[in-house]
Amino acid sequence: MDMFIKFLVAAIGAGTPLLFGTVGEILNEKVGHLNLGVEGMMAIGACAGFMGGYLSDNFLVALLCAFLAGMLAALIYAVLTVTFMANQNVAGLTMTIFGVGISNFIGVYMIGTSDSGTLKLPETVTAQMRSIHIPVLSDLPVVGELVFSYNPFVYLGIVVAAVTGWYLYRTKTGLNVQAIGENPGAADAASIQVTKWKYFNILLGGGICGIGGAYCGMIINGGVWISNSVNGLGWIAVALVIFAAWKPHMAILGSFVFGALRVLKYYKVGFMVNLPDAFFDMLPFLITALVLIITSMRGSKGAHIPAFLGNNYFREER
Amino acid sequence: MTGTVKTTKEPLFHVVKHAERTGRQMIGFRLLAVALSIVAGGLFILAIGHNPIAVYGTILEGAFRSKIAIQSTVKFAIPLCICALGVTLAFKMKFWNIGGEGQLIMGAVFASYFALNFPNWNHWVLILVMLVAGAVGGGLWGLLAAAFKVKWGTNETLLTLMLNYIALHLVSYLQAGPWRDPEANGFSKIARFDKNAGLDKVLGVHFGWIIMLVLVALVWIYLKRSKQGYEISVVGESQDTARYAGIHVKKVVRRTMFLSGAIAGIAGVCQVSGSDMTLSMGVAGGVGFTAIIVAWLCQLNPGMILVVSLLFSILEKGSSVVQSTYGLSSDCADVLQGIILFFILGSEFFVRYAFVGRGKKGGAK
Repeated sequence: MDMFIKFLVAAIGAGTPLLFGTVGEILNEKVGHLNLGVEGMMAIGACAGFMGGYLSDNFLVALLCAFLAGMLAALIYAVLTVTFMANQNVAGLTMTIFGVGISNFIGVYMIGTSDSGTLKLPETVTAQMRSIHIPVLSDLPVVGELVFSYNPFVYLGIVVAAVTGWYLYRTKTGLNVQAIGENPGAADAASIQVTKWKYFNILLGGGICGIGGAYCGMIINGGVWISNSVNGLGWIAVALVIFAAWKPHMAILGSFVFGALRVLKYYKVGFMVNLPDAFFDMLPFLITALVLIITSMRGSKGAHIPAFLGNNYFREER
Repeated sequence: MTGTVKTTKEPLFHVVKHAERTGRQMIGFRLLAVALSIVAGGLFILAIGHNPIAVYGTILEGAFRSKIAIQSTVKFAIPLCICALGVTLAFKMKFWNIGGEGQLIMGAVFASYFALNFPNWNHWVLILVMLVAGAVGGGLWGLLAAAFKVKWGTNETLLTLMLNYIALHLVSYLQAGPWRDPEANGFSKIARFDKNAGLDKVLGVHFGWIIMLVLVALVWIYLKRSKQGYEISVVGESQDTARYAGIHVKKVVRRTMFLSGAIAGIAGVCQVSGSDMTLSMGVAGGVGFTAIIVAWLCQLNPGMILVVSLLFSILEKGSSVVQSTYGLSSDCADVLQGIILFFILGSEFFVRYAFVGRGKKGGAK
């Protein structure tokens, strides 16, 4: 039982960067843009967040840096794909190559400027991002550990996902925005400002990915800068969007399930002991592939994929 | 007409399709984009306190400074070029094969099976079997995505993406389990191949470069001069037209994706038995993704793919020298590649479209 609670706690931690990436990508895909640059935007967020915290001694400044850097990266993508109508796949892949490259590059450069040869977040920042401890509540048996024992990213992620879900499904603007991903021509005819809302969603999504990246840069390696901290999580996030059926509240569940899959290899029980670790690493991708195939088998009934996903919208070609 | 008509202010500018540009204009736009990206990259280098001209100089010099440097530059280009040729076939059909990485890995896995288990075969038989096995492995991995696509319309971009990682973790399984080298003292890695399973060197580089040149020619001929290549173009332009013309679209999609994956698989063989002499998690190392960009950048022209692959390798090799000379990370190759690509992606717009200012009449003439 104790082991199981530890497993759940670890799963939620491991799922949090995925949650940010997934919500960010959902915002992109809802306006019809399949952004394969999540990995890159997260890497840029990781670098900006870490360096922001390193230089300013302030956790909130770090978060803000990560968010703005993610937005800036998304701005490049948006200008290229929305205004310049460039191929989305190529623009996204380029963002990934560029983002991972510049993140590692700046990391190595900053290490070169430090005296000790390593980059470590100052104590004030690590104190602020440590797991919370609320008197009484955190000390409750089971519940305390399961609900009140995480670092601030976890709670922020759930709030961000919930608010995004509310925005997309419960506000008029959000429903309009979804129409853009389904049929931008019709949305345009209904006087929805297609370009404006595409920019809004892509930039907001990029910022959220950036914060997910900050989790990777600042938390995963315990406050020490190590290259490639995102290490493929952005791609799992792209996969998770499918698993979550393009719904932010499903993304909360999905990212914790995928987080569980990621840590499962440390908590093997029963028959699992004989399965190789590689199998557990493969599971998220295998499951996503299966989800993808099964939803396509069920045809349009089960498909939540935005109809115009991957295509650019040019008004004169309606 | 009764009632009031709501008038909105005309926007500052709007976008129109530009009339067909001449070939010279198109090349001009791209060269301008490359020039601008070099300036932008230079500003980046300047911003971190180095002399851009010196750094660029080091990249060029680093890639060509010695015979060994040139050889390793060529070695970088081989998997990239071959893999880009592979995805070209799929892209021509407008099939978004993002799975070059996975197909390369599967080719490498299939070839490694023979290299590890039958090292005593006659050298040329073994090499031939490895090449064929690699092609089959990569091809089947590509075919898998195509089969689901034609059967149920499964999104190929996302499925091929997932297959990349499934292949990658298959390698990690093999190296930790069944193919683990018992002599590696607790390290989980796969044994080095016997020399017999290695590609021979021609002019100092493994003969993958000859395979690369042959494939450039073959892919060009296949696309431009064969019936099957023509079918690919028709399916890519319009599936309805293809069906009307009596082309078996599903068959073409499956066949082309098999070939696309097979070529990527051959790139995998060149990596394991030419360059690395073993199979590891880093066998593809992002080549499959860069290949997509190369193929797109060259507008699926095999000759251009060869040239651009070589240019990218110069950047790659040169950046490793920048690392040792200036202490800058070799990741600057990725940064510069990214900047160049952003500019070229942007320039494509000005080839096809134009901005028209407020109050002016314009458009395709």
